[in-house]
Amino acid sequence: MASRWYEPRGFPRPALDSGQWLLVAFTALLVIWSVAQTAVSGVRDVHAALAFGALIAFGELLRLNLPGDREAAPIATAGAMAYALLLRIGNAPARPTAAQVIAVTAIAMMIGALPHLAVGRPARSTAMSARLLAVACMAAAFRPLANAGLIGGRWWSELPVMLGLVVVAWLLESAVTALIRTDQLRTRFVVALGDELRVQFAIAAAAGASALLIAFAAEVMGLAAVAVFAAPLLVTQVALRRYAGIRATYLQTVRALARVPEIGGYVEAGHSARVSRLSVAIGRELGMPEAALLELEYAALMHDIGQLSLRDPVPGGATVLVAREEQRRIAEYGAEVIQQARVLGTVADIVRRQSDPCRPVDRSPPPPLSSRIIRAANAYDDLVGSLEDAARATEAVERLRLDTASEYDPQVVDALSRLVLPANG
Amino acid sequence: MHKLSRIAWLYIGAVVAAAVIVLAAGPDTGLDWAQIGVLSLLLVACESSATLVNGRGLAWSANTMASLAAVVLCGPVGAAIVSCGTLLGVRRGPTLPQRLFNSGMYVLSAYLAGRTYLAFGEHVGTPGPTSFPGLIGPFAAAAVVHVAVNFMLLHAVFWLTRDPSAAVGRDGLDFKLWVTDLGYGAFGILIAALWSVLGPFTPVLVLIPVLVARWAVAQFAAQQRAYEATVSALCQAVETKDFYTRGHSERVSRGAVMIATEIGMRPERVGAIRYAGMLHDVGKLGVPTSVLQKRSSLTDDEYAAVQLHPMRGLDIVREIGFLDEALAGIMHHHERIDGRGYPMGLAGDEIPEFARVLAVADAFDAMTSDRSYRGARPVPEAITELRKWAGKQFDPSFVDAFVTAIERDGWTAPEPAPAEDPLRTIESL
Repeated sequence: MASRWYEPRGFPRPALDSGQWLLVAFTALLVIWSVAQTAVSGVRDVHAALAFGALIAFGELLRLNLPGDREAAPIATAGAMAYALLLRIGNAPARPTAAQVIAVTAIAMMIGALPHLAVGRPARSTAMSARLLAVACMAAAFRPLANAGLIGGRWWSELPVMLGLVVVAWLLESAVTALIRTDQLRTRFVVALGDELRVQFAIAAAAGASALLIAFAAEVMGLAAVAVFAAPLLVTQVALRRYAGIRATYLQTVRALARVPEIGGYVEAGHSARVSRLSVAIGRELGMPEAALLELEYAALMHDIGQLSLRDPVPGGATVLVAREEQRRIAEYGAEVIQQARVLGTVADIVRRQSDPCRPVDRSPPPPLSSRIIRAANAYDDLVGSLEDAARATEAVERLRLDTASEYDPQVVDALSRLVLPANG
Repeated sequence: MHKLSRIAWLYIGAVVAAAVIVLAAGPDTGLDWAQIGVLSLLLVACESSATLVNGRGLAWSANTMASLAAVVLCGPVGAAIVSCGTLLGVRRGPTLPQRLFNSGMYVLSAYLAGRTYLAFGEHVGTPGPTSFPGLIGPFAAAAVVHVAVNFMLLHAVFWLTRDPSAAVGRDGLDFKLWVTDLGYGAFGILIAALWSVLGPFTPVLVLIPVLVARWAVAQFAAQQRAYEATVSALCQAVETKDFYTRGHSERVSRGAVMIATEIGMRPERVGAIRYAGMLHDVGKLGVPTSVLQKRSSLTDDEYAAVQLHPMRGLDIVREIGFLDEALAGIMHHHERIDGRGYPMGLAGDEIPEFARVLAVADAFDAMTSDRSYRGARPVPEAITELRKWAGKQFDPSFVDAFVTAIERDGWTAPEPAPAEDPLRTIESL
């Protein structure tokens, strides 16, 4: 059977596989060790533990979904990091052990996740593990030094260490998340890490700054600082949530409207969705970063919009069977439509050049990689259709391969064949 | 911008003069100039990241945060000096008189807020562990005074410089903005509280979450603009199928928004009805072109095909998450109040509100634009027709609201349809 496991973002995630199991199991062991350790040695400063625990649980309750099927809990992260970096409460020194910080954070995160579970939103154990590991790393580095009195004094001696640890936590969380995504999405680690660092940067900066504010303010305001200094982050979080919301709506809308040619009978039902799914999978296989993948997805969804300018639909909607000049005009018209949206200039460009051969006969520059991907994915889908049949898939890939001399990009066809053909074939 | 009246100039002059007097007369002994410098930098940073709120040049920035921190740390005169930073904001837009007025306004607000803070018996200076929670009350009073003075001075200038010929409407000076301002003002106490621990590094740390929030808001606005442009472009693509309806979606959307605003719908719902208007005929794609462009009357089968379009439209837009109410509007926009419409034959209040609004705007645009079977009718005639069918086909209250809005704001009817058929066949491409 030809496997169609190249799941796009937003579709049901596959069950945990080995890498993720390893991460979750390691985190679980760490949590068990810290809880045991804390229980044996006794909880230091119960009030502080409860105050920070409450903030972390609250932040976990308000966790955010970010573009690209990600999750973040900036308030919880800030609370946990502040607890890890705490030096004084009022005039009294604060000395929670690293184990206690990890235990409080883990328990609070679980409490905060409970209401989500109650309303049927599954807990994403890998994302929670990544967040917890970053905090654990920070606590393990900072607590022993701070509790031994090696860090302290004035802000200019404390601040650089803390800033450094915040940066390390950001790098670590991004790296762990990137590792998981490499596994899940079949992308490359370096590409995934770049995407992750970029997406997490703004949130990490806001959460990190708030963590430092809380840690320092506890010195002046006592534990009231925990509530007061989480307020700026609340503003940030509201803004981020609205941004993520409109991003998701945008994608949904383009997905929905891309089906317009299908309803009009111009294209086979499900064609745009299949081509965009396959295109994104190929793009990822070829190591394209996330921003480019999003543009590729938009372009692939809308690649047949130009057919609306035809009075009569192309038979079966299969543009691969239509003459080159006509394909080009359909593409040109589609690009015109998209160009009207002005903001999607790159997408219009990709759509415009989707029917150009990968090695143009004249001296014109070769079409962008995204156009070449859509060209191959579109041709493949026109040949195979919605039928999942290994023989048909092999035949279609063979046919595309025969044309790699001029028409299709051989690199793209290779990636496509890795995705649609059985691994041993 | 139109020319300012003499009274407006006098008013702006008075505000600036009062600010200069405050700055010149205030005792400047015992001021920590390094502290004032750092806070001024913070204020310039806030002012430079201001965002436009409405078309009349009202911009909003987080300046209050820096001003109020200065009230606690440096006192009334120090806060007034810090507020002069408004003049130096790096942003395009404000003209020199606007900058001068803004600075004068912030200087006066800060000074009066500082006086209030002192009147409540608080001392100026860096707060220590013993200052809390006693400091919170006076600070809150100072913040309220700051926002209130700001609000009054700004409203007065907007009132004096308003364009008398422009339509009366809200100009974005809404209450919500001032609550937001008060919220950001609360950050001032955070800066002041941390000064004893972190010194001049405090504003940097407080500024980071604020800047990230501003960044996310800007991203949100950009995405929203992109979203609207994309929906509108795709709707136009749909309309190429029936060249008589070019621009129809856009106009129905405009009409629906006019009705919705007139009857006082909440802004979120007005936004949703705008999209519903744009997308209401998306299902027409499922209707064969030959039927849509037919010049003679339709057969029963053809009419049945046309009647299916609201459901087809629903099929397409169903997956768009935010559109719940808009979905109902799209599905039922051909129902009639007397229950003789399609697809479900709902009557009266059974028809969702959005659908009743869309029905009025849709019928009106259909009457005032060319169709394959007849020419466009003039607006007054179409209004008479709407009135005639109110209570049978349309909801009378929405007809009234629409007529009121058109009589006040006017209506731009479409250009006559082009003579040639823009659709292409494969052969003639």
